[in-house]
Amino acid sequence: MTAPASPFPRPAARCAAAGAAPALRPVTAAPPRSFPVYADLCARYSGLKFSEEKSYLLEARLSAIMRREGCADLDALAAALAKDPSRLEPDIAEALLNNETFFFRDRAPFDELQASVLPRLKAARSAERRLRIWSAACSTGQEPYSLSMMFAEERASWHGWGIEILGTDLSRSALTRARSGLYTQFEVQRGLSTHRLLQHFTKEGERWRLKNDIRSRVRFLPRNLMHPLPGGECFDIIFARNVLMYFGRERKAEVLARLRTALAPDGVIILGAAETLFGFQDLFRPAAGSRGYYSPTLDITRTAICPDSRGTVHPARGEHRESPIAFPTPNQRV
Amino acid sequence: MHSCLIVDDSKVIRKVARRILEDFSFDIDEAGDGQQALDRCGSAMPDVILLDWNMPVMGGLQFLQNLRARPAEKRPTVIFCTTENDMEHIRAAMDAGADEYIMKPFDREIIKAKLEQVGLI
Ligand SMILES: C[S@@+](CC[C@H](N)C(=O)[O-])C[C@H]1O[C@@H](n2cnc3c(N)ncnc32)[C@H](O)[C@@H]1O
Repeated sequence: MTAPASPFPRPAARCAAAGAAPALRPVTAAPPRSFPVYADLCARYSGLKFSEEKSYLLEARLSAIMRREGCADLDALAAALAKDPSRLEPDIAEALLNNETFFFRDRAPFDELQASVLPRLKAARSAERRLRIWSAACSTGQEPYSLSMMFAEERASWHGWGIEILGTDLSRSALTRARSGLYTQFEVQRGLSTHRLLQHFTKEGERWRLKNDIRSRVRFLPRNLMHPLPGGECFDIIFARNVLMYFGRERKAEVLARLRTALAPDGVIILGAAETLFGFQDLFRPAAGSRGYYSPTLDITRTAICPDSRGTVHPARGEHRESPIAFPTPNQRV
Repeated sequence: MHSCLIVDDSKVIRKVARRILEDFSFDIDEAGDGQQALDRCGSAMPDVILLDWNMPVMGGLQFLQNLRARPAEKRPTVIFCTTENDMEHIRAAMDAGADEYIMKPFDREIIKAKLEQVGLI
């Protein structure tokens, strides 16, 4: 990636001078002059559409990086970014993402899964006894771990099945937290019943650690939905909740088309409570009776990738692709 | 409208909890210890009880044991709300018949999540 030229007359050396507290701004402050730099970075890096009305979020979300880099304000940080984009772009783009999530978020999608989707897929996959689920923007892991808890609680009925849950996110810091399986008191009280807390966690100091059997069913990988998928993957269920809403229409269309190539023809994709795929009927249709659930429309070209020729699709030369899933054991038995 | 009895010896906590619960359209009554709470339940059984652990006269756990041992027409939902945040206390509360458990400090988000958990909102 090439460094964007700094549009700022102030020298970057300003950063070094800045231990001083940033001046207090009125709440209704106009966007900083460097706003377009941040908006552009988000658009390129994560697809996040950052509107001027949201510019007040910049200061709050970037304050830690500003402190670390010794930058007094957003314009100074933008200048530092122009000097060292390869180091600062990922940090800044990731800090600007909203990582809000909680266990069993919205509840209904999980109830629905248990009541109708899993029984149907279980019957359809009874020969291979394998289910693959992808949480495509898993943040700090609560979504894939909620799924893992559901399978653990139905252990007997899934005996002998390979249940693979993949959690991916763009944010490296979110993934580090997800892998640790360590949550604060606040986090374990949102969405989790006390019964589940006692069953699946142990207390470590002031925090709560998920037990190994829940963690071992989930793999985490960094993956940017803006990039092509590794190819050769086929999932029965894809969770893409509360992430598409941050993209503009074009980006959303690209990401959806991509997700569709990785979804089994009889699989489902699940969106957030406030999201719909209205306008994308060519790709997905609402799954009967399940709010927020969509099934792929029929497409013969797609079956070349999914489900028949797993692992046989290779990226075009020079094209950046995300790494494919690498489950250490092919079948993680419940 | 659901009724809620807030049992806590701290006036401040009762006030904060009352404000949150009223936002969710609960009818509120208050008690400062377990004995007072038992008396209140004797005259009118609330739908839900928000219960502190450590209180003078009668603590939360003892109140709960008494409450669950009593024959009553209605079984109120009991949500512990306490600074005791280790597994032993939580387990003891659930074994004694609590439906949910909130570890202080709480906020609106947590109260809401727990009320949803027990199906009251
Ligand atoms: C609001 S969280 C949603 C988490 C979870 N799916 C849920 O619904 O609770 C959105 C997540 O999307 C991730 N994200 C944003 N843009 C992304 C992209 N281009 N590729 C991958 N993940 C992205 C963010 O890092 C963040 O963790």
